[in-house]
Amino acid sequence: MMLAENVVELTIASQLEYIDLVTTLTDNITSMVGFDDETAYWINMAVRESVANAVEHGNKYDPQKSVDIRFTIGVDALRVSIRDYGDGFDPQTLPDPLDPNNLLNPAGRGILYMRTFMDAVEYASHPEGGMVVTMSKRRTPRPSPQDLGEGDHNHDAVGN
Amino acid sequence: MQLEIRERAVGEVVILDLIGKITIGEGSVQLRDAVSNLLDAGRNRIILNLGGVIYVDSSGIGELVSRYTTTKNAGGRLKLLNLPKKIKDLLMITKLLTVFEIYEEEEAAVNSFM
Repeated sequence: MMLAENVVELTIASQLEYIDLVTTLTDNITSMVGFDDETAYWINMAVRESVANAVEHGNKYDPQKSVDIRFTIGVDALRVSIRDYGDGFDPQTLPDPLDPNNLLNPAGRGILYMRTFMDAVEYASHPEGGMVVTMSKRRTPRPSPQDLGEGDHNHDAVGN
Repeated sequence: MQLEIRERAVGEVVILDLIGKITIGEGSVQLRDAVSNLLDAGRNRIILNLGGVIYVDSSGIGELVSRYTTTKNAGGRLKLLNLPKKIKDLLMITKLLTVFEIYEEEEAAVNSFM
């Protein structure tokens, strides 16, 4: 029986060195799910940005605090949740990186990239503390045999 | 692979050939240090050749902006050469494409300082 959703979870320490581990897993999952290379590249980047934010701004590199990453592979979409154990923040209060006065700021673009590359990005405070960022990307339906012309091919094969 | 930086000079212009990733942590720090060393030595005509860069995140984009501003404040110019498409996309999304001087030909980039 095929499950409607599959879940893959990973917990890392608040160290930047582990980000590549998460993005490698991200690449494996997006490949398995069937995203094209371009889409997979940008999902990788959105996950990287979110995990980096959790390590740097959420947990503030505290070695006692972890970052939890959960990939939910649904029929229609891939969802990625990243939880930190920090004090939380209100994303509405962050400066707009596209404001002309902020263009030359060295930081503050990560969330814009996440919103650009994913279909949805939501922030919530976890009831037990910390923030949870949940991002989702719709899956492109795999082409059916009819779309691939296999129906005609089979028909021809029978004819031959 | 993190960031490898190879320095060469064409007249008074310094070209930094960047190879690898410019991401949060090591790559960004290496770039910051390389440009700072040049400015400390009074060499403020700088071209960053990004043709060998395979990945940049928001921290890397922020580092490019910082080095641009720092160089300008030091009375110099920092220009970009050979932008891979994905870096161009990232600059476009954040409205930075028109902030930087960007070149596809090294000769044109070097001559722009003359």
